[in-house]
Amino acid sequence: MPATIASFKIDYYQFLSPDGRLISNDVPPLATDWEKLRSLYRLMVTTRIFDKKAVALQRTGKIGTYASSLGHEAAHIAMGSAMHPQDCYAPTYREHGVQFCRGVTMSEALTYWGGDERGCDFSGPRHDFSWSIAIATQCLHAAGAALAFKLRGEKRVAVTQVGDGGSSKGDFLEAINAASAFHLPLVLVIINNQWAISVPRSKQNSATTLAQKGIAGGLPSIQVDGNDIIACRWAMDTAIKQAREGNGPTVIEMITYRMSDHTTADDASRYRSDAEVESAWQIEPVKRIRKYLKDQGAWNDKQELQLLKQASEEVQAAVEEYLAVGDQGIGSMFDHMFENMPRELEEQRARALEEMN
Amino acid sequence: MARVSMVDAISLALAHEMEIDDSVIVMGEDVGINGGVFRATSGLMERFGDQRVIDTPLAESMIAGLAVGMSAQGMRPVIEAQFMGFIYPMVEQLTCHASRMRHRTRGRLSCPMVLRAPFGGGIHAPEHHSESTETIFAHIPGLRVVIPSSPARAYGLLLAAIREPDPVIFLEPKRIYRLNTEEVEDNGEDLPLDVCFVLRDGTDITLVTWGSMVKETLEAAGKLDERGISAEVIDVATVSPLDMETIIKSVEKTGRCVIVHEAARMCGIGAEIAAGLADTALYSLHAPVKRVAGFDTIMPLHKMEMKYMHSVKRILNAVDETLAVS
Repeated sequence: MPATIASFKIDYYQFLSPDGRLISNDVPPLATDWEKLRSLYRLMVTTRIFDKKAVALQRTGKIGTYASSLGHEAAHIAMGSAMHPQDCYAPTYREHGVQFCRGVTMSEALTYWGGDERGCDFSGPRHDFSWSIAIATQCLHAAGAALAFKLRGEKRVAVTQVGDGGSSKGDFLEAINAASAFHLPLVLVIINNQWAISVPRSKQNSATTLAQKGIAGGLPSIQVDGNDIIACRWAMDTAIKQAREGNGPTVIEMITYRMSDHTTADDASRYRSDAEVESAWQIEPVKRIRKYLKDQGAWNDKQELQLLKQASEEVQAAVEEYLAVGDQGIGSMFDHMFENMPRELEEQRARALEEMN
Repeated sequence: MARVSMVDAISLALAHEMEIDDSVIVMGEDVGINGGVFRATSGLMERFGDQRVIDTPLAESMIAGLAVGMSAQGMRPVIEAQFMGFIYPMVEQLTCHASRMRHRTRGRLSCPMVLRAPFGGGIHAPEHHSESTETIFAHIPGLRVVIPSSPARAYGLLLAAIREPDPVIFLEPKRIYRLNTEEVEDNGEDLPLDVCFVLRDGTDITLVTWGSMVKETLEAAGKLDERGISAEVIDVATVSPLDMETIIKSVEKTGRCVIVHEAARMCGIGAEIAAGLADTALYSLHAPVKRVAGFDTIMPLHKMEMKYMHSVKRILNAVDETLAVS
């Protein structure tokens, strides 16, 4: 008989059932911190209203291609709200909820998706990375940031995420490896929303979980119900605390569902059934926490109406701010290529300006 | 003042910057206790410790991606690709992020990182260890591509590359790592980027080159001098962005130009220089611009390697063809 020299398990955490009940009495304090839960709920609803508006803006030609975050609100708000301002966040292209928690404004997000780089010069933490479209590449930026923090002895944590599709990429696995080799203050979240455009989770690989990829690299790795804000936030709090105290990185797989098309340029009806999407609506994150709060007497219809009104007004104001952003001059194409602009580029800039006149 | 080889000059520059700037970190495969496979980082770990000279896991795109993250957060990583043949996994991080971080964020973040890589043929190395693909990087807007050709220029240009607030690809022609020594004062004085160096003044023909080919080109200029032909030799040094002004000024004087590079001809930097001359200096030319460029073939394994590399004779043949046009 061979000796077992390594074995692993992946723990799964869920505190709130899809119908909004605590599944046991063994819950984190957040489960009864009504003020905190209300504030998380407000952020989730506001993000969803923004998201709906952004899709509408794309449909009417006011912004370019946009990746909806519908269904990811628990995961995103948990990530963003658990971080401290001095921490560093590296997004991909769907995590607007995280960024709003961080301080990026809705108008800045619309500016970027409206095709204007100035959206990346955002007012959120100035050290946060901006949108990264090349899949999984941001994992290494977060790892690099974490390495910088560690080398300088700063108590800062880097947070990033990848999708189920992105978890197949080398950069994600290399980030796990780097985090393990350098014992980095890094939290790597896998937002497993079941779909990488048209390719389902089952086609990425045959592993039972994606979290176990972290185990392969020697990282503590767990799976949580990504539609349960309490579980997501608890997992983030635990991982960030561990990282901040110098106890190393964590991988958290959050199981959720992409309820929208991949982006506004996609048509998901080509590759998945309405029935599947319909069943995802039964377990979605916003309804779940609302039901829980209402059942506990911590939320009522009047508060709901007021929230919807406030959030819609906030989104509308952001849209107006975005629409009022003027054009960039053609010179801006050249101005940020280098700190010290090469002569050849100066000449090209001058010619471009001349042609515009 | 000590006489040092080019690889030792690179070590000196790294040590100098690490000494005066805590944010400078050397990172790569085998750069620590081993001092790099060519010994370019020799002694640095003993001097600065393993928190500043970091042996990484073996994954090139990881090294580049970490450097993007670190540099955007205030460090100045100097990373190493052990050979240019292994640099390609890094290209995604360079193209998608390092080159555009400043532009994308409108100056909010930037990537002051240096990627060093030994490159070029002539040391009888295995497959993938001998190519010159600088043009790949020169084509990416937002990157500087710098190639030293002597110990003193390696020292001064590497200092400048590390101090530059934007990413620099620093390609080291390994054939000349230890070819000769030169007096280099370790005084922290950098050399300018984005400009060519005129190594030899001349009036009859301009020879434009960089990297290891500077050696053969200077030898060719010496032979021409014996024949009473005065050749001006320009070391391009920063191949992107290109200092066309210095080259044009020279060609306006000489009226003839031969470009010498080890890299394949197709879309080589020589093509860009020739196009620039056609664009701006056509009426100063007495003869067509000639390129002595690598064949558009796979770099042969080492038995035939020196047949691919340019000899002084091959350069002189091109010069003679150019001079024959009256």
